[in-house]
Amino acid sequence: MDWQAFWLTTRLAVLVGAILAAIAMPIAYWIAYSRWRWKFLVEAVVALPIVLPPTVLGFYVLVALGGRSPLGRWWQSLTGHTLAFTFEGLVIGSVIYSLPFAVQPFAASFAGVDRRLILASSTLGASALRTFFRVIVPLSMPGLIAGVALSFAHTMGEFGVVLMVGGNIPGVTRTVSIDIYDQTQALNYAGANTTALLLLFLSFTMLALVYGLNRRAGTTWPWKHS
Amino acid sequence: MNDFSATSAPVSSELFVSISKKYAGGFKLDVSLTASPGITILFGSSGAGKTTLLDCIAGLASPDSGKIAVSQKVFFDKNINVPLRERGVGCVFQDLALFPHLTVEKNIQYGLAHLSSQERVRRCDTILESFGIANLRTRKPRQISGGEQHRVALARALVTNPRVLLLDEPLAALDAITKSKIIRDLRVWNHEQRIPILYVTHSREEVFALGERVLALEQGQILADGTPHEVMNAPLQETVAQLAGFENVFSSMVVHTNVERGTMSCRLEGTEVELETPLVRAKSGSNLRIGIRAGDILLATVLPQGLSARNILPGKIMALNQRDMIVVARVNCGVEMEVHLTLAARDTLGLHTGQDVWLVIKTHSCHLMTG
Repeated sequence: MDWQAFWLTTRLAVLVGAILAAIAMPIAYWIAYSRWRWKFLVEAVVALPIVLPPTVLGFYVLVALGGRSPLGRWWQSLTGHTLAFTFEGLVIGSVIYSLPFAVQPFAASFAGVDRRLILASSTLGASALRTFFRVIVPLSMPGLIAGVALSFAHTMGEFGVVLMVGGNIPGVTRTVSIDIYDQTQALNYAGANTTALLLLFLSFTMLALVYGLNRRAGTTWPWKHS
Repeated sequence: MNDFSATSAPVSSELFVSISKKYAGGFKLDVSLTASPGITILFGSSGAGKTTLLDCIAGLASPDSGKIAVSQKVFFDKNINVPLRERGVGCVFQDLALFPHLTVEKNIQYGLAHLSSQERVRRCDTILESFGIANLRTRKPRQISGGEQHRVALARALVTNPRVLLLDEPLAALDAITKSKIIRDLRVWNHEQRIPILYVTHSREEVFALGERVLALEQGQILADGTPHEVMNAPLQETVAQLAGFENVFSSMVVHTNVERGTMSCRLEGTEVELETPLVRAKSGSNLRIGIRAGDILLATVLPQGLSARNILPGKIMALNQRDMIVVARVNCGVEMEVHLTLAARDTLGLHTGQDVWLVIKTHSCHLMTG
């Protein structure tokens, strides 16, 4: 059992979950309430990681982070090394990869908040920000929990993007799923099995928690509940 | 009763609205009104434009043109459209919109965020007391009864000391006793505050229960304005179904209205015959249908005198037919009217075809409907 890989993966997943909680909320708010006619294009872009092969996404992220891209050069000038094959690069790739898993349940639950409550909040003098935090967020809790939990679990188990962007550097970019791959390649089936079982158990617990918390909100895919 | 006037400067304000708003479907709201402190009732059937009017005042909708102001504070004008959260308009709509995740106490304090926490608690306690809901403070909306929810919604709107209060059928779902208790509390509160309250309803009982002043709104226009007695004692315009049982139905045009006396004159279409009818919410020149029951018309062989009935029309009997135990007389008095008589009346008066007679019709025997 490679505890180093396990610890690294957990750190990555927690970080990605936290970052997504912050950046997916404004995106989801905009998607839920904007009346812009081209909004569907943004929705499509956000949903892309669901359908793109992780290698495609990983490839573009790698190119974008590499020394030839403006972003990569800027990072290099700041830190002296590129983002590719680093933990930070892994975080960026994972955030993009898990974005729809946070944005979609967030947006669905924001849109599901009774519009009359939002108007009532405004007539009582509340600003849009106060309405968001005092009314919309509390009433969207099941969707918010589902979104964070799903992106956490999704990051725990990701493989393709990690392999493309991070490679396989122990303690830096070697995650649990890559560890399982390595052990299988080395014909160490017993070791692979232990790690795989643990990941299976963790993912199940996570999803059971999400569905358990959402029980009252109706049984459906967590990101589609209203 | 409570100490609102002691805790906040008494507001004395007047609501001024003069707006028009057109909808794609052809509906047009065109309203001018001034509401003094106290309850002003907006009465009208659904689709009359009541809710649209409230939405424009609250800031949930914008008029095409016009002006909305409370005292010196202009909400809407050519270049002004104050966002709803800055208008200080208290709203209680039929669905109440209590925050389900907050306790009664937190619901009521929601609009007081700008105050210190001590002041918030104090104001909240005061209004909880005066609305008799202090025992509910830690409950969630779904844990209290419908009547209690209405009290909480009213308290939540009033605790912010709004400039004007808009109530859109806020009590429609309640039983009469609960309703009257809440109205009493609202009155007590407003006795201290003296702000304009617009109260939308389509219930006649509520109009009389509340009544300081009634505005009758139909098809986007204010057709009557006065005390509940003045406005409501003019009977409602009747529906097609109600008028269907009338033997005599005529098209007519309103010649003039006499608002003080609660009557108006209508000329029957294609004739010079004018009837005095009860006042309904219709303007001079508009077209109404008049229904008169054949059994409500008196027939006289000489010109009657000293009668209270206002409509006495000369005519000639065109036909007399017995139908079971009644006599059906057809009398031409410019239009042909059907009159029902008893057999005894026919025999005593010695009625016959071609005879000159007078028809007597009481004002309130004339039932009116639009179109």
